Amino acid sequence: MPRVAVVRFPGSNCDFDALRAAESAGADAYFVWHREADLRGADVVVLPGGFSYGDYLRVGAIARFSPVMQAVQRHAAAGGPVLGICNGFQILCEAHLLPGALLRNAGLSFVSKPVDVIVEQIDTAFTCDYEPEERLRLPVAHGDGRFVAAPDTLRMLEAEGRVVLRYVAATERSPFQPNPNGSANHIAGICNAGGNVVGIMPHPERAADRLLGLTGGTGFFSSMISSHQESSN
Amino acid sequence: MTFRVHVRVMPRAGLLDPQGQAVEHALSALGFEEAGAVRVGRAIELDVDAGSRDEAEARARLMCDKLLANPVTEDYLLDVETDRCPG
Repeated sequence: MPRVAVVRFPGSNCDFDALRAAESAGADAYFVWHREADLRGADVVVLPGGFSYGDYLRVGAIARFSPVMQAVQRHAAAGGPVLGICNGFQILCEAHLLPGALLRNAGLSFVSKPVDVIVEQIDTAFTCDYEPEERLRLPVAHGDGRFVAAPDTLRMLEAEGRVVLRYVAATERSPFQPNPNGSANHIAGICNAGGNVVGIMPHPERAADRLLGLTGGTGFFSSMISSHQESSN
Repeated sequence: MTFRVHVRVMPRAGLLDPQGQAVEHALSALGFEEAGAVRVGRAIELDVDAGSRDEAEARARLMCDKLLANPVTEDYLLDVETDRCPG
């Protein structure tokens, strides 16, 4: 059973959802406060959504300097899996664990609705239970979700298969809900070169229980279990 | 010595600036049709203790590179006041 640390910052607000989704998948999940310097033997780290430090200066900019982030940096450098969801993705970019940045949505509005995404990379600790090119409906809830990166970086991400989730293109007709924020290349999630650090804007933890209406997000949490079993064998 | 440093952080040219666009539309709606190419950034002011103006500027530059601006999406301009702050 993998030990899953859910890091809480002041302003995290999807922490309980992430903890419960990990527990439901069969993980030994627990909270780690941002001032702690130790991840207490975590196999997997989740940086949940929310508005850490009130999004002051830039989204994720201050959370990056929390004591716990040094432990997260070491965990990631050692190849340990890290999943950043929404604000967690923004923090991973600010911490340079992932390239690029997330800026204000092109439409300026906070967008809170289900969107359709395609799982483009299943060779990660968080997507291995999905089928290649599987289409998921997941909720987004963000004001700053427009992924941007230098043209060279975008080319590298595409060439190396590091786009993990992609919004359905806006040109496609309904019933699909397209790119909600103007992200470059319709990117909804990426991973680092090692594939162990993944950042996504949609919220799989809000789509991981039948009571919540959507269940497409369960694969992110079951993948944590599957990949842990595989690496332990 | 204490130096007052003014930092202007702007979205990098060429990046979509939806806030700037919205302000431009609002100006146009108010009748200011002569306004164009509006960009919205951020201004930060701080006191820096340093031995010289050059040192204050170098330290402030480091602060910008490490925290105050995001090198992926933003450019910044620094202005260090020559006069020492009172006190």
